[in-house]
Amino acid sequence: MALQGMGPPAKASHGVGPPLWLLLELTYRCPLHCVFCYNPTDFASVGAELPTADWIRVLREARALGAVQLGLSGGEPLAREDLEAIVAQAHGLGFYINLITSGIGLTEARISALKAAGLDHIQLSFQDSTREMNDFLSSTRTFELKAKVAALIRQYDYPMVLNVVLHRLNIDHVEQILGMAEALGAQYVELANTQYYGWAWLNREQLLPSRAQLERAEAVTQRFRERIGSRMKIYFVVPDYFETRPKACMSGLGSVFLAIAPDGIAMPCHAARMLPGLTLPNVRDSDIRTIWYDSPAFNCFRGEAWMKEPCRGCPERSKDFGGCRCQAYLLTGDAANADPVCDLSPHHHLVTEAVARAERAAATATDPSGRDAALVFRDHRISIPVVVASERAARG
Amino acid sequence: MSDVPETVRPAVAKGLRLQWEAAQEAHVLLYPEGMVKLNGSAGAIMSRCDGVRTVADIVADLERTYGMSGLAGDVRAFLALALERRWLELRE
Repeated sequence: MALQGMGPPAKASHGVGPPLWLLLELTYRCPLHCVFCYNPTDFASVGAELPTADWIRVLREARALGAVQLGLSGGEPLAREDLEAIVAQAHGLGFYINLITSGIGLTEARISALKAAGLDHIQLSFQDSTREMNDFLSSTRTFELKAKVAALIRQYDYPMVLNVVLHRLNIDHVEQILGMAEALGAQYVELANTQYYGWAWLNREQLLPSRAQLERAEAVTQRFRERIGSRMKIYFVVPDYFETRPKACMSGLGSVFLAIAPDGIAMPCHAARMLPGLTLPNVRDSDIRTIWYDSPAFNCFRGEAWMKEPCRGCPERSKDFGGCRCQAYLLTGDAANADPVCDLSPHHHLVTEAVARAERAAATATDPSGRDAALVFRDHRISIPVVVASERAARG
Repeated sequence: MSDVPETVRPAVAKGLRLQWEAAQEAHVLLYPEGMVKLNGSAGAIMSRCDGVRTVADIVADLERTYGMSGLAGDVRAFLALALERRWLELRE
């Protein structure tokens, strides 16, 4: 794919490669109110969205560095009327374009226009297969609409990919969820146990499943896989609270992934806005090359100099990079600590204690539907910054 | 790993895309959740999988282009792997 007028790609400096994966969070607007949303909880106080021209400039600059995977997300990206224009520009530049959507607003007119513009892929999200649970968890009557959208996706010749966020309140319904996915002709299903950021962090005590629930869900999934064979590929993502080694988050911050928030803030990961002391650059003020290679925020967690013990001397540090900075911050108050998911972390008990509480909650649950759980639904009217527990303790 | 017949026509699977990436100096196979960076021979084989050429055509073309012979075994082994990973599908 020829890039007109571009010089050779920036040489890797200090071993830093190009931002291969670009995620554009086009808006925080969304018609849903999901309890597990990872958007920042103070999203309503974020400033105005970037105009189309800025998104296009970001696309050109990132592509020139070698970005090739493009995710269009939000909030709900269909809330942007210029989505088709953005897709068209991205396609012309040679990006592989993935739309991550609830499907709300995906009419035939829009999917047809998106296809013509060059959209490569659509990922559709579901919360549960039963309408009641689905409506309950997203606070809107969306299930039937999603079924219509699934049919449109297949009609327009896209692989039918479903992403279902799992948590305590729906994990026991995995059998029905997979049955629904099969009925809709899904070719790929990701059963993604929620990670705990943003609104999901607020709701963690109600959302974390028990180990028994997880094991049952995995067993159901495996039996389903055996029955359905190659017609459907099912991914089951376990919440990392149940692991003893952390995920290699983003393959290390600042290594391959670059996200741009609706107001132009550039982030090395989806949740980085929460990290104090990290001055995130804005694309309104700076070009992508400078942001990626030179900004302090993107260099902060590159290499190993930032690591503390036990990561610093750990033989596995180049495998998982110490895990997730945001999880380390949320749980311990310091983003440079080892991710407490790791059982080598002195803070690992914070994770095991959360899991133990989930076990107790599951054992004593009188309301399996979760209706009387004190869930916090994503809503601009109650959008607030999350105060980390250790900060709260320090303030007394 | 079952043998890939000479007469079938492999093509890049629907929803995936193969393209040359200058920044990585390689062919990459792009799919929704990631990409596979292909080495030289994998890229050379995959870029000939257009759903029109048969396996025999692909082998002959590679042998011609690279001035080699006896590539059929390696090419078919790679194609079997790529099919198993759903990078390729077969057109009859």
